[in-house]
Amino acid sequence: MSKSNAKAYWKENLKYLFVLLAVWFLVSYGAGILFKDDLNKIRIGGFKLGFWFAQQGSIYVFVILIFVYVRLMNKLDKKYGYDGE
Amino acid sequence: MMVNSILMSQVLDVQTWTYIIVGLTFTIYIGIAIWSRAASTKDFYVAGGGVSPLANGMATAADWMSAASFISMAGIISFAGYDGAVYLMGWTGGYVLLALLLAPYLRKFGKFTVPDFIGDRYYSNTARFVGVICALLVSFTYVAGQMRGVGLVFSRFLEVDINTGVMIGMFIVLFYAVLGGMKGITYTQVAQYCVLIFAFMVPAIFISIQMTGNPIPQLGFGDKLADGSGMYLLDKLDGLSTELGFAEYTEGSKSMIDVFAITLALMVGTAGLPHVIVRFFTVKRVKDARKSAGLALLLIAILYTTAPAVSVFARTNLIETVSGKPYSNVPEWFKKWELTGLITFTDKNEDGNIQYLADQDKNELVVDNDIMVLANPEIAKLPNWVIALVAAGSLAAALSTAAGLLLVISASVSHDLIKKMINPNISENGELIAARLSAVVAVGVAAYFGIHPPGFVAATVALAFGLAAASFFPAIILGIFYKRMNKEGAIAGMVVGISSMILYMLKFKFGWFGGGGKSDWWFGISPEGFGSVAMILNFTVSIIIMKFTPAPPEDVQEIVENIRIPSGAGEASNH
Repeated sequence: MSKSNAKAYWKENLKYLFVLLAVWFLVSYGAGILFKDDLNKIRIGGFKLGFWFAQQGSIYVFVILIFVYVRLMNKLDKKYGYDGE
Repeated sequence: MMVNSILMSQVLDVQTWTYIIVGLTFTIYIGIAIWSRAASTKDFYVAGGGVSPLANGMATAADWMSAASFISMAGIISFAGYDGAVYLMGWTGGYVLLALLLAPYLRKFGKFTVPDFIGDRYYSNTARFVGVICALLVSFTYVAGQMRGVGLVFSRFLEVDINTGVMIGMFIVLFYAVLGGMKGITYTQVAQYCVLIFAFMVPAIFISIQMTGNPIPQLGFGDKLADGSGMYLLDKLDGLSTELGFAEYTEGSKSMIDVFAITLALMVGTAGLPHVIVRFFTVKRVKDARKSAGLALLLIAILYTTAPAVSVFARTNLIETVSGKPYSNVPEWFKKWELTGLITFTDKNEDGNIQYLADQDKNELVVDNDIMVLANPEIAKLPNWVIALVAAGSLAAALSTAAGLLLVISASVSHDLIKKMINPNISENGELIAARLSAVVAVGVAAYFGIHPPGFVAATVALAFGLAAASFFPAIILGIFYKRMNKEGAIAGMVVGISSMILYMLKFKFGWFGGGGKSDWWFGISPEGFGSVAMILNFTVSIIIMKFTPAPPEDVQEIVENIRIPSGAGEASNH
């Protein structure tokens, strides 16, 4: 496998990481902490939204993020021919 | 037969049920240990390297969810309200970092331990040694807390002496960790995950139905009460809390910057904990490492999204059962926990009633965080077998984590210290014996701390995360994502990071160097949250020192390029 292939692969990988970690930051530190008070004005059933993100929502998003990452990377591995053993 | 078993469930008391269920689970663990004995160092360190992603995910989840997650966390949250989110987000969000930034690359690197990576990537035995010290510090502080949890459960539910409880737990762990190594531990942890998650969910579902009519606890605690009042449970708890002078449950009382810092320190600490990282050395391919991190978090999230619901149920139940009620009428569980000293009642105004208030001068009731989960089924009057199940679940949680930690300790000594630094010519068999011996010594030390707990166990668990955040996380991240990072930078960063963390803890937790209170904290950040500052210090120092020192050798730069590519991972190797 050539060096330029590896470089291109790495670059795309970093792009994915950047986007996924931005979401990671937004749901936890954003919705759960920094903007909690504003979000708490919105209610869903008995939950204030900021409180819900801090104690429930962020965790659901974390799980989804990892599985999205797994899918994206499996595709990326294939695209660059790194999916062999 | 049917009638018989119904009769039995009424007749058998909690203690008998506990003996039956705990005895049964222990037999399973020991059976698995005998079936999956380790035959080589590779079996012992990384379970032979062929564990399936699902099994590894379950084992990681059990490894990760300790006595702190199972027993303490819901209790802490039920007293901290919103602020408890630092643990919920901190101890799950770290897995995103682990899956995206560490696990796949460390798996590709393909060695046995975290100090192994540090030593090879930074081409230096000094770096390896710093890594070993950090791994030992982190793991020992952590394991002492687990042994204490085992002792607590034994003493309350089997009514044996707390020290006898620690000894029993010690022998069980000793048996399967020494015999089975990582292989034994992995498959025992799979069983332990099943036990602990079942034990956590059953009472949560029961109580959720009881209180809100909703069988899903995650939805139940945001639902209306089942008493027909049409009131939301959380609104009721907010009301009860303010009535007694506490902060509103859904608001919390910590400052925003501190909540931010603690969450970050716990997340980064999670991603830097050696006993979690090594789990990803046991799977076959890089692809499996990613998938298995996702499965681990999914399995962990089942407990972590239920815990805050349990906190709300338990807190509401506790207030309603005891607040303002006459002491002479308290239920049996109250008396039993009083015996362990974890509930105390002092009738300050001598009216015979229990005043439970935020005001410390008038408050008469002190309830330890640690009993909320254990006492919850009793408070909700659930059947005896459920209470026994919770006891078995707590033991599974404590033992699985203790075993994982002991393995890190023994591998650090036998592999990193003896094989890589002291005697590289040691034979495969010799190393295996050394590994088993270090596991024995480690269990002994852990049991000693369980029986003679240093007063700072609770404080040191926070320290363990801070230490991991301040040392390993930056060193590993820079090692993967920054090819130019060299040994001088990494070593300086780890040393500065870890020492600043230790100094801050000593000053503000133990009162050294003049001590200081909340108002003296730097930037208003508590010692629990300081790991995030220490981590930033580590990154900064590493990069500055690196700029003034030579680049790493060509072959090391090639290693870095190589670990970034997933294919050709091969199996974890000893060389």
